[in-house]
Amino acid sequence: MIIKQLSVFLENKTGRLTELTGILADNDINISAFSIADTADYGILRMIVGRPELAAQVLKEKGFTVKVTDVVGMIIPHSPGGLHKALQIISDHNVAIEYMYAFASGECKATVVIRAESLQKIIDVLQEHKMELLKEGDVIQI
Amino acid sequence: MIWNEHYECMEREELLKLQGQRVKEMVKRVYDMVPFYRKKLQTEGIEPGDIKGIEDLQKLPFTTKQDLRDNYPFGLFAVPQPDIVRFHASSGTTGKPTVVGYTHNDIQMWSEVVARSLTMAGVTKADIIQVAYGYGLFTGGLGLHYGAEKVGASVVPISGGNTKKQLQLIEDFGSTVLACTPSYAAFIGESLVEEKIDPRKIKLKSGVFGAEPWTQEMRVQIEQVLGIKAYDIYGLTEIIGPGVSMECQFQRGMHIFEDHFIPEIINPDTGEVLPYGELGELVFTPATKEAMPLIRYRTRDLTRLHAEKCECGRTLVRMEKCVGRSDDMLIIRGVNVFPSQVESVLLEMSETKPHYLIVVDRENNLDTMEIQVEIEEEFFSDEVKELEGLRHRIKANISSTLGISATIRLVEPGTIERSMGKAKRVIDKRNL
Repeated sequence: MIIKQLSVFLENKTGRLTELTGILADNDINISAFSIADTADYGILRMIVGRPELAAQVLKEKGFTVKVTDVVGMIIPHSPGGLHKALQIISDHNVAIEYMYAFASGECKATVVIRAESLQKIIDVLQEHKMELLKEGDVIQI
Repeated sequence: MIWNEHYECMEREELLKLQGQRVKEMVKRVYDMVPFYRKKLQTEGIEPGDIKGIEDLQKLPFTTKQDLRDNYPFGLFAVPQPDIVRFHASSGTTGKPTVVGYTHNDIQMWSEVVARSLTMAGVTKADIIQVAYGYGLFTGGLGLHYGAEKVGASVVPISGGNTKKQLQLIEDFGSTVLACTPSYAAFIGESLVEEKIDPRKIKLKSGVFGAEPWTQEMRVQIEQVLGIKAYDIYGLTEIIGPGVSMECQFQRGMHIFEDHFIPEIINPDTGEVLPYGELGELVFTPATKEAMPLIRYRTRDLTRLHAEKCECGRTLVRMEKCVGRSDDMLIIRGVNVFPSQVESVLLEMSETKPHYLIVVDRENNLDTMEIQVEIEEEFFSDEVKELEGLRHRIKANISSTLGISATIRLVEPGTIERSMGKAKRVIDKRNL
């Protein structure tokens, strides 16, 4: 149930992100989702990609600071109240979320990527409530 | 006006004789009292009796900042600790400060040379002098303070910072003299304009500025905005503090108070003594100091000396504004900073490696220091709070070691330029 996310340290420099996407394109790696946490001087790029281990390796070879982080992908209905219901379950069980970002996949579903201090706990809680989770094999398809 | 005509206008021949006498006595004193010097002189095969006059000074070995560090904190003191009445310190090269001690007589001598300096800037007992140098371990504040009291001026011991209050007292007390770093003087000037204070309502007439390098352009700017004449004062903690040399009203270099601080210019590579007029490293022998006399202390400041008699009547040699350093020390907001200090902070922290670049600039006449630190892969966290926490820890450690704050910028590994295998550590954009 745990999926791999690539986290990359990026200085705020023109063209730096383009360089990175170029490397992924050259290696035929698809980006399914991404978000950037930014500060004044740098950003942290978080991505869900097909073949994360390969992506990490090629980026490291090109001098990027990369880390593979475990996250959970939660699938929710792409409709009003969908996210709220999921978050309510998580907060009812007192699980703290470090960060999250979401993307809609198709007309009726959305995926929320969650990083939490205790991933196992979040998985247990969500499964207990019959929430659908993203499996590693699903990533390439989304 | 000359504070001490006897010493400041002495015939050079007589002065050299006096210097010779003082060096001779000092060498005997340190030989007896400071094991470090006794050993050093013995190694060189020099007996105190070999030093008969000033011409023998060249025979003596140099003292370096490293020697001060090796003997931290009190190893070079020539008097027992109960005779010390004050300590001062400046930042050293690797985190440990350079410590100096003063006896009662040393404080008297220091007050005397600062009184001479202030007199050069036209300060008399009728003046109100605002001392906006920092008070504390830094020599600036208390050095100026004691000299100003010796002159009999009314001292406003406001210390550095709190610019609003500085302006208020300049206006309300009618301060006539401002003593601080030149960059702070420029900042006070700008604030004066910003606060829309009528320049006719302030009584400042002169400024005594030092502790950091400044340019002629800056002098003109400060003089215009504050409506004063700006004077350059020079000194370093190891020798005494401010008041080693000072500009007279003719401003053709700074007169060195040679009866106390004997100057030489040497070739920094060979140690050979150079004649007047040639550019080299400035070396001082503070021969009359009781607590911590030093033999031929290498300042690492590069300058020239001129011995022609000055129009002001003083016979003391004049040193030009320093044109640079023969080591990598930076002076930032009046504080001595060595790149190696930054390195040692980063080495001591487990999450960082010493891959850094110091960028010094001057914005609105205030020095800024940015330290770029390469992020280490193993400590890279994808959470902003972790990285910001690291940034703040670096900032706090740097500020406690250096004594001034710096902006910390985390950069990607490998982005700091490495040339010939050795990284470039400093970019100074100030054009001093």
